[in-house]
Amino acid sequence: MQELLQYFFSGITNGAIYAVIAIGFSMLYNSTELINFAHGEFVMLGSMCMITFVGVMHLPLMPAIILAIACVTAAGLLFERLAIRTVKHPEHIVLIIITVGASIFLRGAGMIIWGKDAFSIPPFSSHPPLDIHGAKLLAQSIWIIAIFLLTSIGLQLFYKKTLTGKAMEANAISKRAAWIVGIPSRLMVTLAFGLSAAMGGVAGVIISPVTMCSYDMGTMIGLKGFCAAMLGGLGSLWGALIGGFLLGILEAFGVGFVSSGLKDATAFLLLLFILYVRPGGIISSVDVKRF
Amino acid sequence: MTRNRIPFAVLALIIASAGWFIDNLYYIQILTFIGLNTLLALGLNMLMGYAGQISLGHSAFYGIGAYGTAILTVHWHLSPWLALPVTITAAMLVACIVGIPTLRLSGYYLGMGTLGFGMIVNILFREWASVTGGASGFVGIPPLELGTVSFSSTRNYFYLVWGFVIVSFIICHRIINSRVGRALRAIHDGEKAAAAVGVDTSKLKLQVFVLSAIFSALAGFLYAHMVLFISPESFNFIASIRIVTMVVIGGMASVWGSLLGASVLTLLPEWLHAFSEFEMVIYGLILMIIMIFLPRGLTRGLLDIYERAVKKHDR
Repeated sequence: MQELLQYFFSGITNGAIYAVIAIGFSMLYNSTELINFAHGEFVMLGSMCMITFVGVMHLPLMPAIILAIACVTAAGLLFERLAIRTVKHPEHIVLIIITVGASIFLRGAGMIIWGKDAFSIPPFSSHPPLDIHGAKLLAQSIWIIAIFLLTSIGLQLFYKKTLTGKAMEANAISKRAAWIVGIPSRLMVTLAFGLSAAMGGVAGVIISPVTMCSYDMGTMIGLKGFCAAMLGGLGSLWGALIGGFLLGILEAFGVGFVSSGLKDATAFLLLLFILYVRPGGIISSVDVKRF
Repeated sequence: MTRNRIPFAVLALIIASAGWFIDNLYYIQILTFIGLNTLLALGLNMLMGYAGQISLGHSAFYGIGAYGTAILTVHWHLSPWLALPVTITAAMLVACIVGIPTLRLSGYYLGMGTLGFGMIVNILFREWASVTGGASGFVGIPPLELGTVSFSSTRNYFYLVWGFVIVSFIICHRIINSRVGRALRAIHDGEKAAAAVGVDTSKLKLQVFVLSAIFSALAGFLYAHMVLFISPESFNFIASIRIVTMVVIGGMASVWGSLLGASVLTLLPEWLHAFSEFEMVIYGLILMIIMIFLPRGLTRGLLDIYERAVKKHDR
């Protein structure tokens, strides 16, 4: 019972991280029908910025978090402006290879800036872990889940309550119809890129105390996030949440009961299984464009 | 018909003279790697460029080819020439088993399905240490021999690999210009339309998937007996993405594009070694720049530039 609870705690912590990353993927997919293979690198940037701001410059926590997310958002906007918008005839596969190029570029830049070593920062607060039925819930896990909840509620409010959010949703449903009613669709795409990168930044910020951060951490965590977005159903925010938590919890039990080496395999086996049973993800919404 | 054969004859001539005139064995080795990558790109190009089905896990078949022959020749003491058909059959079987459910998916879901398959195979290579040597790799793979000819020399191996490449080129060329090739292009342009005019789309997609698995496994076999040491890193997700990149950079739906893409992506890292830590940054930048300015790949893009130049000249 105690073990089970411990795995569950570690599962929901990872699940919240995967969910935040998956939201980033889904959000961008909604607006542009593009999968950004450099998304994991934005997570890396967020973590490494935290390392610099907290570990080296010793800024207080809140300004450091805000600054780190702002840096990643700026990187995302720059990427959209320089590499995505300049393509004249955007075909999916071409854009995907561009994002692959960007991920290699960012990884290389990360290596030049921060070197090849792995870093970590102290937890956001130094409270002792909570003891629930003998299982330990770390203070950082509570931080992660709280920030995750805050972000997803914030996003939900943004989409449902603000005019900009509604315009973004309209643009995601039909670009043409949105254009007819006067929504600047190009601006919405830029906004989606910025928000999606910001989500990557948030994920990077919250994991910086719980993992060893290095320039090459982005690939695997990005893939897991992509996996979670797919599990839930690409383009659906609720799907991203469900997919993220499902992946995190099953993975944690996989580590506990099977072996830590096979941890990554459980994620992908689950993915294949769900794809075969429900080819559109758990919440299948729109059908997906072919290449 | 004879006109179609001229480019292949020219290629064979270039290969033969390159092997004859180039003294530096390092260059010969790089050319051999280009040959291996061309096989990989050619296989995936049949699937992606012609049939329009993406695969983000193709290094799995590459790995099955390499690990298959390693296991058969080292643990089972089989002759490599016997191991080759066995490994290729294994790759075909795996391709069938994976392809039947996966190829029902399309777009990103197909990409994700193949990606998951590739990851699982890679994790198997890494974790099944008693058979594959695990993360530290597989050592002691024997070099190839055929009668009195030993392929442990770099130059002989170069001829062997490019021999396979030219044969594969001709096979692909024949397929593309046949009824099957037209059916494939029909699937690429519209699967439902192709089915409506009587193309058995799911059977054909599976056949191409198996074909590309054969090419990749063959490349894996040749790779294993060339470097004599294999480790899971050579067959991970990044390796799969590299093959996709070769196809797209070279030019989709073009046999020669595979050759060009494989050459560029093999030569680029070699050339970028000089930049030491800036290597990755420049590599990423070059990829992005090629795709931004030549979105249809190098083959089509360079041809376009040439045609425009000719037109300007005529005026």
